[in-house]
Amino acid sequence: MDIAMPQALPWRRAPRVIVRGLWDGRTWLALVHLVTGSVIGTLGGIVIGVLFATAAAGFVTLIVPAIALAATLLFSAALTVVQRARHTAYLGMVWPKDQSPPVTFTPRSLIGVVGSAKTWRQFSYHVIAGVYGFIAGMIALTAWTIAPAMIASPIFGLDSGLEVRHFGMFLGGVILLLAAPWITRGLSELDALFARQLLVGTTRAQQLEQRVTNLTESRHSTVDAADAERRRIERNLHDGAQQRLTSLAMNLGIARATLTDLPEDGKRALADAHEEAKQVLTDLRDLVRGLHPAVLEDRGLDAALSAVAARSPIPVRLKVDMERRVARDVEAVAYFVISEALTNTARHSGAEHAAVEVTLEGDVLRLKVVDDGRGGADAENGTGLRGLSDRVKSIDGTFKLTSPLGGPTTIEAELPCAS
Amino acid sequence: MRVVIAEDSVLLREGLARLMEIGGIEVIDTVGDAEMLLRSVERDCPDLVVVDVRMPPDQSDEGVRAALVLRRRYPDLAVLMLSQYVEERYAVELLTGQMRGIGYLLKDRVADVEEFLDSLRRVADGGTALDPEVISQLLVRREGDELDRLTPREREVLSHMAEGRSNAGIAGVLFLSEGAVSKHINSIFSKLGLPPTDSGNRRVLAILKFLQGNTKDRS
Repeated sequence: MDIAMPQALPWRRAPRVIVRGLWDGRTWLALVHLVTGSVIGTLGGIVIGVLFATAAAGFVTLIVPAIALAATLLFSAALTVVQRARHTAYLGMVWPKDQSPPVTFTPRSLIGVVGSAKTWRQFSYHVIAGVYGFIAGMIALTAWTIAPAMIASPIFGLDSGLEVRHFGMFLGGVILLLAAPWITRGLSELDALFARQLLVGTTRAQQLEQRVTNLTESRHSTVDAADAERRRIERNLHDGAQQRLTSLAMNLGIARATLTDLPEDGKRALADAHEEAKQVLTDLRDLVRGLHPAVLEDRGLDAALSAVAARSPIPVRLKVDMERRVARDVEAVAYFVISEALTNTARHSGAEHAAVEVTLEGDVLRLKVVDDGRGGADAENGTGLRGLSDRVKSIDGTFKLTSPLGGPTTIEAELPCAS
Repeated sequence: MRVVIAEDSVLLREGLARLMEIGGIEVIDTVGDAEMLLRSVERDCPDLVVVDVRMPPDQSDEGVRAALVLRRRYPDLAVLMLSQYVEERYAVELLTGQMRGIGYLLKDRVADVEEFLDSLRRVADGGTALDPEVISQLLVRREGDELDRLTPREREVLSHMAEGRSNAGIAGVLFLSEGAVSKHINSIFSKLGLPPTDSGNRRVLAILKFLQGNTKDRS
C-alpha cells in the first residue's frame, strides 16, 4: 500500500518529474485556467462588487437596492455557470448534481434564494476570484515571461563582457522556468479548492443530509408498503377463506347433528371432517390474527394485545400502561414484536410463564417480554428474532435481547413515538 | 322467537338462517350492513339480532357500534355478536351499562350446532353467552394473585360461569354432577371474596366485574 503514498516516490526520480512538468498538458491547461480566470474573475469581481455596493449604499430608496440586489444575484448565478464551466474545461472538475429546489418567480422562492447559504457562498467565490484570480494570473504570467528573459541574460552580456551576475541570472532563470509549471499548477489548484468549497450547489454535508432524508423516506415507504400488504392479506383471508371455512364447518356441523342414522364408519368420517374443519379454522384465525388485526386500528395497541397474550399456549401476564395511542406504524411494530416474541417463546424456550409489559413514557414506548425458559436465544441465528430487531430498527428503535443459558430470556425494545 | 341476521357474507348469512331453521327459530329478515339492521329492527321488532362485527362500509367495528345503538334504543332486544376474532375490549363495551340478553361469540362456534343454538336461546331469554376466548383475554390482564388460589378445576368452572352457563350447563361440559359444580362454585366465591349469588346474570356480572376489577379503568 506504500505505492499510493506520495512520499514513497523515489527521490532520484524527482528531477525527471520536475522537468517533465514543462511539457505536461496539465501545466498548460492550468496556465490557460489562470489567465482566463484572471480576466473573468477580475471583470466579474468588479461588476459584482459595484452591483453589491449599489445595493448596500442605495438604501435610502427601496427600489434601487432591490433591483441592484436582484442584478447582483442574477449576475452571480450567471458567473457561477461560467466559472464552473472554466473549472470543468481546464481542470476536469466534476460538479455534483445540485439538489436544491429549482428557483421560481414566487416571493417565497426568491426570498429563499436571498437567504440561502448557497447563494452567498457563490457570491463570495466571485469576490475572492476578483482579487485572487488577478493576482494568481499575474504571478503565473510573470514567472513564464521572466524566466526566459533571465535565461537569455548572458546573451545581453556578450557585448559588455560576461559577468558572474549574468550566470547568476541564467541559473535563476532556469530554476524559475523549472518552477513555473508547479507554481502555475499550485495556483490553479488553490483556485480549484476555493471553487470546490464555494461554487457547489450543495455542500458534502448537505448532500449526506439529503441522502439520509431520502433513505429514511424510502425505508418508511417500504415499511408502510409491507404493512399495507399485511392488511390486504388479512382482509382477503377474512373475506374469503375464513368465511368459506366457517361455512364449511357449519355445514359439517349441521350434517353431524342431523344425520344421526349413518353407519358407524360414515359417522366417524363426518365427525373427523367436522373436527378437522374447526381446527383449520382455529389455525387460520391465529395466523391471520398475527398479521394486522382490525382492532389494532380501531382501538389501538392496548386492546389488540389482549388476544395476543390470550392466544399463547403458555400463560402470559399482560400489563399495558399507555395514556394515549401512538402513531400507527409504531403500534404495528410493537404489536408485531410482542406477537412474534410470544410465538418464539412458546416454540423454543420451554418456558412455563411469560410476561409482557408495555409502558409509554413521554415519547418512548417501551416493550418488555420476559419468559422463564431455558435461555440461549441468539438474535443472529434465529431468523425470527433477527426479523424483530430489523423491524424495530425500521422505525429507529432499539432492540435488546438478553438470554443467558439457563434463562431467563428478556426482550426489550424502545420505540420512539413523538406525538 | 323472531330473529334478524346482519352479516355481509351471503354464504354465512344463508348458512345461519338454515341453522336457525333447524333449531326451529324464525328468521324474519337478513341484512348485509349496520344501517339496514337498524331499519329492520325498527320495522320488525325482533326478539333477537345476530350481528357480525365487521361489516360494510369500513369493515372495522360497525357491528359493535350498531349493537350499542340498538341496546340503548331497545333495552329488551337481545343481541348476539359474531366475529372471526373476539376482542375483550369490544366485549367490555357491549357489557357496559346493561347485561341483559347479550352474547359475543367467535363465528367458529356456529360449527357446533347444538351448543350454538343453546347460546342463542340463552341470550334470547335474557342470559349471557361470552366466548371462552373473551374470558381468557380478560384473565391475561389480571394482576395480583387471587385467581392463583383457585384449583385448576375451579378455574375451569369460573370460566364457564363467566361465559354465562348455568350450573347444569357447566356440569354437562365438565362431566360433573350438578352437586359437584355448586360445591366448586361456593368454594370459588368464598376464595374470591364475592357475595354468593344465584345462577344467572347477577352471577356473571359479579364474575366479570371481578375479572376486570384489577385492570385499569378504561373508558
